[in-house]
Amino acid sequence: MSGVRIIGSPVVALVRLAVQTVVLAVGQVWANKIRGILTALGIIIGVFAVITVISGLGGMRSFVLGEFEKFGARKMWVWGDVPDEKRAVLDWSDVRMSTFEANLILERASSIADLTPLTSAGWEVANGTETLRSASIRGAWPEWHDIEDRPTIAGRPMSRIDNEQKRQVVIVNQKAIEDLKLDVDPTGDYILINGRRFLVIGVVEDEQPSAFGGGETNSEFLIPFATHKMMNPYTGTWFAMQMVSPDVADEAQAEVRFILRKHRNIEPGDEDTFGMFVLQNEIEQFNQVAGVITLIAGVVVSISLLVGGIGIMNIMLVSVSERTREIGLRKAVGARPPVVLLQFLVEAVMLCVLGGMIGLALAYGVVAGMRHIPNFPLDQAAVPAWAVALAIGFSAGVGVVFGMFPAIKAAALNPIDALRHE
Amino acid sequence: MTPVIRISDLHKVYKVGDERVHALRGVDLTIGQNEFVAIMGASGSGKSTLMNILGCLDKPTSGRYDLNGRHTHRLGMSRLARVRNEDIGFIFQSFELLSRATALKNVMLPMLYSRQHLFSARRRARQALERVSLTDRMGHRPNQLSGGQRQRVAVARALVNDPALLLADEPTGNLDSATTAEIIELFEKLHEGGQTIVVVTHEEEVAGHAERIVRLRDGQIISDYPSAEDPIHREWVRSVAGAFGRAPGSGEQQAPGPGDAIDAPATTAEVRP
Repeated sequence: MSGVRIIGSPVVALVRLAVQTVVLAVGQVWANKIRGILTALGIIIGVFAVITVISGLGGMRSFVLGEFEKFGARKMWVWGDVPDEKRAVLDWSDVRMSTFEANLILERASSIADLTPLTSAGWEVANGTETLRSASIRGAWPEWHDIEDRPTIAGRPMSRIDNEQKRQVVIVNQKAIEDLKLDVDPTGDYILINGRRFLVIGVVEDEQPSAFGGGETNSEFLIPFATHKMMNPYTGTWFAMQMVSPDVADEAQAEVRFILRKHRNIEPGDEDTFGMFVLQNEIEQFNQVAGVITLIAGVVVSISLLVGGIGIMNIMLVSVSERTREIGLRKAVGARPPVVLLQFLVEAVMLCVLGGMIGLALAYGVVAGMRHIPNFPLDQAAVPAWAVALAIGFSAGVGVVFGMFPAIKAAALNPIDALRHE
Repeated sequence: MTPVIRISDLHKVYKVGDERVHALRGVDLTIGQNEFVAIMGASGSGKSTLMNILGCLDKPTSGRYDLNGRHTHRLGMSRLARVRNEDIGFIFQSFELLSRATALKNVMLPMLYSRQHLFSARRRARQALERVSLTDRMGHRPNQLSGGQRQRVAVARALVNDPALLLADEPTGNLDSATTAEIIELFEKLHEGGQTIVVVTHEEEVAGHAERIVRLRDGQIISDYPSAEDPIHREWVRSVAGAFGRAPGSGEQQAPGPGDAIDAPATTAEVRP
């Protein structure tokens, strides 16, 4: 009965116990690989589904937000609108936006940085024998360049004086040059718009095709707003504005609404005689939809994890029953009940986490595949770190919850009966 | 010197349904250090119950049990687990080795649940395997070992924590006679080295190698003699010598195996705890 006994500190003993427990659990899972994978299938599918949906949605989000950004997250539109109840008394021309209102907004709305009234008509455009029957001719203020982020690439932008003096000048896009067979730099050339001679003063790039504008590029002609109104005062008018920042979307709408209602003498309780559109609202709406999809995915995954968890519980019960004698032996040689409990719990958690990791790996593969589908707006799809943490954490949680009952059962076994078990 | 085992007026009552089974009815037993004792009795005699209590796997209904000078009858399950770990080495009839673990890992098992020998577990396991002459089989799994070798691994596992008491339950019940002799020889060697050993058996051949034979019937000790003086054992030796013309225990002859006609004399009604 000799032999040097080193009395270890409880901490060292605990660390060793933890390491041994994990090693044991790994061995156990490894010894039953196929069974383990089949058991963890629920977890694998659950994690795979949630990670794929989250990543796909994330990619979709980046894409859509990118499109919004291209379109302008700071932009806001206002147009005249006849509410249903006023159909009888108001005509479209009564609610048309006016330059007076434009100046009023610019003057009083602090959250609006820039504004241009816009109007549009389909007129015939000609360059010699080249004719466009019904080209889109837009009238705008010089601020248009800033608001639309479309600087001239040749010639000069539109100026205030062009508008004030109702000059017959036009800015064309590249498609218009192509369609009318103009010079590569047509600055200084004249074209005919609705029979009037217009001086080409500048060229802008074609509009970037976006998810909103449609894929087709049309020829564009931009002339001073005042010139446009002089040619036809009855065309519709709307405002394009730029807010100081995307964050003031709510304030900007409130300000513009207040100014317009006051100017139009709309009684409290009566509906607006104008409409407004802010991209920020759409972004929020999209986020809402994305949130709902995430929620649905979450519910589906919860069910999947629940089913997976029950599978885990089942296999752990089988495992406890199979290893009854082993548990009896371990207890006989001094394993305390909490240690046995921990061993089986760690095994269940390991099974679940392993399943989670397999699901994660599958999701990584599918997401990588999604990125490479041509013409599919998911090239920015990526697995976010928080989703990885969430998936692994959830799997471990399922392991703890559903592994607890079998582990308690194992811990509560009477060693005498366990050793006698056949 | 403190006796390893001191039991006084030990009772154990089981409830089986509405029935109360009195498995032990007042057992008094003292086993000193370095004794080699065989506990014998037919099934239902209460020897399994006694062994479970001796091994701290079960608690008596009344009476006291001091193991190595420590009262065990009032300890909780966790403390009992610790006593089992530190003071008792178990040897089972069917070895109870972990099939996926090597011999060395099997021997290291008790130290997994011990606060002692934190850094010397492997070395101690090797030493224990040396004591059972299995140093060349350390890396083998149980299915690569013979029955005798398996039981020797189990003995090494029982010895690894230097227990005060080596408690064997039918240690040769699953072995043929040659390996039985091998294991008995090992027990004798350990006994010579100062180890206290209690063997629960129904084989007279095994009991004959102990110094002392304690016989149980109906939950009570009916005889307690040095093995050379035990009348039943002497009767058995005579009958075997008559049948084979040689004294048993030389390890060469075919001795009666378990389940043969020679058994403990008492046959009572089957009372299973």
